[in-house]
Amino acid sequence: METKKSEVRLMKGNEALAEAAIRAGLDAYFGYPITPQSEILEYFTEQIPKRRGVVLQAESEVASINMVYGAAGAGARVMTSSSSPGMSLMQEGISYIAAAELPCLLVNVVRGGPGLGTIQPSQGDYFQATKGGGHGDYRLIVLAPSSVQEMCDFVFDAFKLAEKYRNPAMILSDGALGQMMEKVEFPEEGSLPHIVPDWATTGKKGRERNFITSLHMEPEKMEEINLHLQKKYKTIEENEVRYETLDVEDAEIVLVAFGLPARICQKAVELAREKGIKAGLVRPITLFPFPKKILSDLSKKIDHFLVIELNAGQMVEDVMLAANGNCPVHFKGRMGGMIIQPEDVLEEIEKIIQQPILQE
Amino acid sequence: MSQEILLEDMQCVYQKPATLTDDYMHYCPGCGHAVAHKILMEVVQEMGIQEDIVGVAPVGCSVFAYNYMNIDMQEAAHGRASAAATGIKRVLPEKYVFAYQGDGDLAAIGTAETIHTINRGENILIVFINNGIYGMTGGQMAPTSLLGQKTSTSPYGRDVEHNGYPLKITDLIAHLPGAYYVTRQAVHTPNTVRKFKKAIKNAFEFQKLKKGTCFIEVVSNCPSGWKMTPKETLAYIEEKMLPEYPLGDLKVPTQNNN
Repeated sequence: METKKSEVRLMKGNEALAEAAIRAGLDAYFGYPITPQSEILEYFTEQIPKRRGVVLQAESEVASINMVYGAAGAGARVMTSSSSPGMSLMQEGISYIAAAELPCLLVNVVRGGPGLGTIQPSQGDYFQATKGGGHGDYRLIVLAPSSVQEMCDFVFDAFKLAEKYRNPAMILSDGALGQMMEKVEFPEEGSLPHIVPDWATTGKKGRERNFITSLHMEPEKMEEINLHLQKKYKTIEENEVRYETLDVEDAEIVLVAFGLPARICQKAVELAREKGIKAGLVRPITLFPFPKKILSDLSKKIDHFLVIELNAGQMVEDVMLAANGNCPVHFKGRMGGMIIQPEDVLEEIEKIIQQPILQE
Repeated sequence: MSQEILLEDMQCVYQKPATLTDDYMHYCPGCGHAVAHKILMEVVQEMGIQEDIVGVAPVGCSVFAYNYMNIDMQEAAHGRASAAATGIKRVLPEKYVFAYQGDGDLAAIGTAETIHTINRGENILIVFINNGIYGMTGGQMAPTSLLGQKTSTSPYGRDVEHNGYPLKITDLIAHLPGAYYVTRQAVHTPNTVRKFKKAIKNAFEFQKLKKGTCFIEVVSNCPSGWKMTPKETLAYIEEKMLPEYPLGDLKVPTQNNN
């Protein structure tokens, strides 16, 4: 297989993500099959033995995430992937990884829930991904791709950010992005160098011993660790926010959507503009850190936000916090694996702008 | 009045290994963990592998093992020490890796990880301290608690109909093809300590061969949890624990045709 030069291929999102990880210098993958992301594990089990690194199908998601903990603690560039129910099983381990400040990549190809739910795409895990998910005060760096190309690109970004901040980074995808095929251009293999960090447990040759832990029995020490983590999250919020905007300059109503629905909303903005409605779109790329400032700035200029999600309304709460009452924040979503259509979004836009603005 | 003792006038005949830190151990007086830690670290020193080893501490009384063992270590989530050790060993295959776990960690919450780690034949050592009780959380019933044993969650004694049987997980493990060396040892007498040390040495020698998992159960005690004096626990091990958990090798490499 030709891997030395940049190349364009037609691929499934899940496979593109896996290929990108190998090119990003992945040392180890630990995972467990679950639809709709099993292609990631399958791709690795086929490719890694022929190329480089470790791939292991674990006995459960619980084991997978703790293998990630061990390997990340040993200084490896490591990842796991799963889909919603499996991600729930991993939450304890993710909390430990965040607390021990181990860099790694987590991929959630979200399916409809709650419970065993469905295998169709959903964004029902936004809260879990962005608000902690497991126990205690911690945050993941969360990137939300909206194309197969970004399923590839964000692997590199996620490893960079995870290693820069010693923090787990998550790619929050969905079942549609995982399964659909698009053109994808890959970066060169070896373009993301990795140095084994000096804190890793690799055997204490020529140095003091290292240990990886999340246990601090003295409350003063535990608070100190927490303050350190919070300071780190603050730094991430100050420096790593990413988003895209479309037609917001003169917009009266601004759509806010992440992932696949952002592409649906692009079309909806186009349809609205054809009808003379000044619509725009903000697409958060990082869900944590959340692009609060652009939304806050816009909230002072526009008449309405309309948040579109494949869930019952999760990110909408963050948009409301950013808008802070400056303008109404509306929500339209579909759940359980159903995908909203551009026409549905347009209908909602028209409904909103036809409503008289209530004055207090 | 303090008495001055000049060290230079004395001959050193025995000392704590340099592979143990100077931290005071938090273990209760008479606890087997302290002995097991020391012997494990003595072997690491004698084999000269201090710079080439990574250990994993569990959740349980030995959660702070990394405070005492002067080697690179990780503290794993409850029950997941063997999964974390798998992660370490897979990315550092030339290093010695061990997981040190108690009975609740290894044989209750972590049973799946234990079985599958060994079934894959991960080239690690698992040291399993079996004292038949949850020490850290205050003396609750463990999967290995004896029938009739009174604990804070079996106040009338462990009852088969209600709680099932003591789990002889080491016997189960010995049947797994991935297990290379399985033995049950103890640390409550000078003789058992010597045998335990030999078993640890064997296990690290075997780890070099990359032929599967080495598993050493240590039938141990818990003076606080058992509500006994340290001396009483030694008799309890002999009279109650060892009949249920007899000492000896359950699987040795010659039986593997290796």
